[in-house]
Amino acid sequence: MNIFVCLKQVGARDSALRIAVDRKWVEDEDLNFEMNEPDAFALEEGLRLKEKHGGEVVAVSAGPARAASTIREALAKGADRGILIEDDRFAQADALCIARALAAAVGREAHDLVLTGLQSDDFGFGQTGVIMAELLNLPHATIVMQVQAEDGGLRVKRELEAGWFQNVSMPLPALLTIQSGINKVRYATLMGIKRARKKPLVTHTAGELGIDMAASQTVRRLYLPHKTKQTQFITGSGKEAAAALLEKLKFEARAL
Amino acid sequence: MSVLVVSEQAGGAWHGMSFETIAAGAEAAAALGCPLQVAVLGSGVAGLAAEAAAKRVSEVVVIDDPALAAYTPDGFAAAVRQAVEQLNPTLVLFPHTYQVRDFAPKLTAGLGKAFLSDAVGIAVDDGKLVFVRRLFQGKLNADVTPAGDAPYFASIQSGVFRADALPDGGAPAPVRNLDVVIDPAQIRTRPEAPFQEAKGAVDLTAAEIIVSVGRGIKDPENIPLAVELAQALGGELAASRPICDNGWLPLERQVGSSGQTVSPNLYLALGISGAIQHVVGMKGAKTIVAINKDEGAPIFEIADYGIVADLFEVVPALIAALKE
Ligand SMILES: Cc1cc2nc3c(=O)[nH]c(=O)nc-3n(C[C@H](O)[C@H](O)[C@H](O)COP(=O)(O)OP(=O)(O)OC[C@H]3O[C@@H](n4cnc5c(N)ncnc54)[C@H](O)[C@@H]3O)c2cc1C
Repeated sequence: MNIFVCLKQVGARDSALRIAVDRKWVEDEDLNFEMNEPDAFALEEGLRLKEKHGGEVVAVSAGPARAASTIREALAKGADRGILIEDDRFAQADALCIARALAAAVGREAHDLVLTGLQSDDFGFGQTGVIMAELLNLPHATIVMQVQAEDGGLRVKRELEAGWFQNVSMPLPALLTIQSGINKVRYATLMGIKRARKKPLVTHTAGELGIDMAASQTVRRLYLPHKTKQTQFITGSGKEAAAALLEKLKFEARAL
Repeated sequence: MSVLVVSEQAGGAWHGMSFETIAAGAEAAAALGCPLQVAVLGSGVAGLAAEAAAKRVSEVVVIDDPALAAYTPDGFAAAVRQAVEQLNPTLVLFPHTYQVRDFAPKLTAGLGKAFLSDAVGIAVDDGKLVFVRRLFQGKLNADVTPAGDAPYFASIQSGVFRADALPDGGAPAPVRNLDVVIDPAQIRTRPEAPFQEAKGAVDLTAAEIIVSVGRGIKDPENIPLAVELAQALGGELAASRPICDNGWLPLERQVGSSGQTVSPNLYLALGISGAIQHVVGMKGAKTIVAINKDEGAPIFEIADYGIVADLFEVVPALIAALKE
């Protein structure tokens, strides 16, 4: 199976977020970067399918030059090769633009299965995989919690709302967006990290692939959300805060 | 020019977010000064169409086709695309459901359009539509504008607009059947019937007090600390999704859009950031307490009482005080 896994490099969850002076993005230099969490599960699923059915796992990312480190991480975990579509504008690009770039890179090669995470931790569009499926003319399923290859096709378990699930079958080639928690992700071994240095990582510029970089949606302004409730903040040492909270819960909220 | 709301139903029952989205559509239509249309899709949905027509909407359009009996992204994207081409709306609104996540980006990509997903607000500024989206897991808000010409497409987050804000109309709105062609041969996925995993013994919906742990608990070895607090309070233990994904607690204790929806008297969130998929499952709690070391965590937006601190300092102190 030729498996392409799409990876986004995003600001780490615990990074400090400071709105940039132009108010259109956050200060990049404050961020630590990491592989988008659902994408890490997608990568793991790709590696497991390859181990079971043979073939190749290709890690693909559209991002600024720094995204190469996320591809290297995928190579260290077992991906065979990497493709970076490089352009600084991808850091703030919308889902349609990024999906166009990823689809252009994947569409040039023979592909049986394309995997993406179900959404990113930064923009949270939740669209990139589905847009790619449309651009590559592939059947797809989203929020996938289990993948079985059978009779030249796939049977996957989709998560529905409120604890419901559904199995869906489709022919290959296909595209799946993977939900966090589908598997246990592996860590890169020292050996893996060493091997990754010798694995091929090809870089294309967006221009080389002829990607339309026009934004389809634009951030005008970033700001802190308004609170819907008036939160009472309780301060003091652990002990003081605990006592004050219990007091309020008993006599003010009457919740205890 | 119109606002078209694409409602959602399954097996003849409304998705609860349909009427929230119609309420959002009503506000947008008023701001744009244009009619509000509601689309009902499925097979055998005349009854639902009549219910939608009883609301204060301009028109209900029905796409009734056997190929839409079971949801598939190919079938639904094709159906809505034809509706959009026939009706030529300015704005198309969806509820941000799992189903919409599955087909709306396919529809909009096919049209070369942006999809403003999971919006929490719509405004018209100087004749231009502006949507509010939440970025970075809800930590920041963004005003976002779609490029190009109408139609524009967006989906509305759960709980932002109130379904009961939508008044009943006087006389029922007209109902019109749309002619669309869905070729069953174009439907590439084969869905099976939805199912629930074997239900466990834990029913969190009945609990009066819930102590809920998130990723801030750091390690499965720390779970007993939360258990002890739950016991001292006489409450049940619950968790955010990553805790259940990791197998630190069973899935039946998960609160949120893919877990249980609870409304206890008291909900104590320990080291939970307050992502929307968690919040939809617990925002109905009467009193919400959040203990989180990040003062910017979105959970504080809905908390009645907040302690910005390390939970490993506060929780043992709470247990000690309760035991006194
Ligand atoms: C389709 C879909 C469905 C989903 N369904 C659900 C669902 O049903 N339920 C659900 O919960 N999530 C669900 N999620 C996941 C959701 O988006 C979030 O990723 C998840 O809720 C985050 O869990 P968390 O708050 O525990 O972790 P994080 O977001 O990582 O937050 C951890 C928090 O702990 C705080 N913290 C860390 N250390 C400490 C400390 N020592 N003391 C105090 N605070 C500390 C941090 O400041 C942070 O705010 C779903 C996501 C998707 C896309």
